[in-house]
Amino acid sequence: MNDSSRLPITYIRYELLRTFRNRRFFILSLAFPLVLYFLIAGPNRHVHDLNGSGVSAPLYFMVGMASWGTMTAMLSCGARIAAERAVGWNRQLRITPLSPRGYFRAKVLTGYTMALVSMAVLYVAGLSLGVSLPASSWLKMTFLILVGLIPFAALGILLGHVLTPDSIGPALGGGVALLAFLGGTWFPITGGFLHDFGQYLPSWWLVQASHVALGGHPWHTKAWLVMVVWTALLSVLAVRAYRRDTGRV
Amino acid sequence: MQLTPDAAHVAGGAAADREIRVQGLVKSFRGPQGPIEAVRGVSFDIAAGQTVALLGPNGAGKSTTIDMLLGLLAPDAGEVSLFGRSPADAVAAGAVGAMLQTGDLIRDLSVRELVTMVASLYPAPLGVEEVLELTGAGEFAAQRTQKLSGGQTQRVRSAVALVSDPRLLVLDEPTAAMDVEGRHAFWRTMREFAARGKTILFATHYIEEADAYADRAVLMAHGRLVADGPTTEIKARVGTRTIRATLPGADARTLQRLPGVTGAELRGEAVVLTCSDSDAAVRALLQQYTGARDIEIAAAGLEEAFLQLTADGAAASAPTSGASLR
Repeated sequence: MNDSSRLPITYIRYELLRTFRNRRFFILSLAFPLVLYFLIAGPNRHVHDLNGSGVSAPLYFMVGMASWGTMTAMLSCGARIAAERAVGWNRQLRITPLSPRGYFRAKVLTGYTMALVSMAVLYVAGLSLGVSLPASSWLKMTFLILVGLIPFAALGILLGHVLTPDSIGPALGGGVALLAFLGGTWFPITGGFLHDFGQYLPSWWLVQASHVALGGHPWHTKAWLVMVVWTALLSVLAVRAYRRDTGRV
Repeated sequence: MQLTPDAAHVAGGAAADREIRVQGLVKSFRGPQGPIEAVRGVSFDIAAGQTVALLGPNGAGKSTTIDMLLGLLAPDAGEVSLFGRSPADAVAAGAVGAMLQTGDLIRDLSVRELVTMVASLYPAPLGVEEVLELTGAGEFAAQRTQKLSGGQTQRVRSAVALVSDPRLLVLDEPTAAMDVEGRHAFWRTMREFAARGKTILFATHYIEEADAYADRAVLMAHGRLVADGPTTEIKARVGTRTIRATLPGADARTLQRLPGVTGAELRGEAVVLTCSDSDAAVRALLQQYTGARDIEIAAAGLEEAFLQLTADGAAASAPTSGASLR
């Protein structure tokens, strides 16, 4: 069918509109990371090599906070899905011609739009603290962050179809905090078990995107493998959860 | 224009006449004490343009049947065909609109925005303003959905169901949360919509609603179809009354022969008579049994009437399909 492959543009527009009207979005994925950025990176704005990572503090924390804000933005898709399910909207949507593909696209695009806003806000904050990179590095870094968010899009949809609105708040809050910590959002993890373990998490590589400042490629084969495996695994689970989730909640 | 093909189908004869076909639907769910058979073999057809009530007490299997009809639930056995298509295909073509039993609106949009959003998903929707007016949601179209009253929410839900201009409209206990006034307004809207040649199936446990708004009623109890016919006929069948009286030493068989009595039951010193004509029955009762006292005449509750019908249905079908009985 031709219709099912078309992007539901009006639907996505209203989906974005209602997301931006929600105050929680501004607090969780914009205000928190921004305030913390100034609190953490502000006093260290002249540190050029943070804990031996080779990256300046303003840049490191800019990407660190951006990873936190964008992760939250992508995963908040799940919170909206859980809320929609709770009022039966998920079932109402299934009796419209909106295809599962259109539904997923709308959710992922909404998440990405929010993530881009969150990222832009932190980039501006970073510039104000003296982050300076060549244009090509900005682009490369942005590209890596956007790719690194793909598994989180799938994770958001998965959690949204499995959890209730009551449980998803704490689950997302705790999950993001843990992933951010292990990924090195708060401070660089340069050695030991956490270093070895963290590399298997997609959040780790989000934060590593700041290493574009060192030249070369911050992501090597392992990074791409981690992204591909997590994306594949979470996508399969998300689609399965969506398919099974047709009953009355 | 969707009216013309529908009208042509109706005129087309018996096969094309049966636009909605539900055939041998079966569904059980896992329960704490083994499987619960929610629907145990339900079949019916609905001709295009008909308004049909799916009538039954709570737990009869109405919502499960509707979920299967809409493709929200896969049946264990049986088949659904909507205008010759599978539910999924009919839904994808935008031919089906529904107001589900449970459901609220998503927040942070105005009523008009929400209806526009839903309309955008369909190939040939009605105009948003037209639907808002038709459902009476126009008065508060600029309000955010989370700030509506219960009655207003129901109107918006009906707008969401109608905006696609569906050929088939399915309503699962649509008026359960409405007050009397809201109910009247709602059915006025639906009548107007039905007049456009639409097919409507609605579930209800109010027999009055079935009587007033449907051409035909399909009765369900305990997951089975127990009666199917014009609403007037159904009403006569389930519109029985019972007489209760204290009457020591009575004999059930003699009581059953009283005029207007279809069934008699002894409960200790009390007798319970099921009547097709309670006026005749009570006259005869008082004439023949002068000792009868504490007489009460009551319209049978729908629940009771259904139980009666289920028992009839089971007895009637026993010789032919005994295997399907518990």
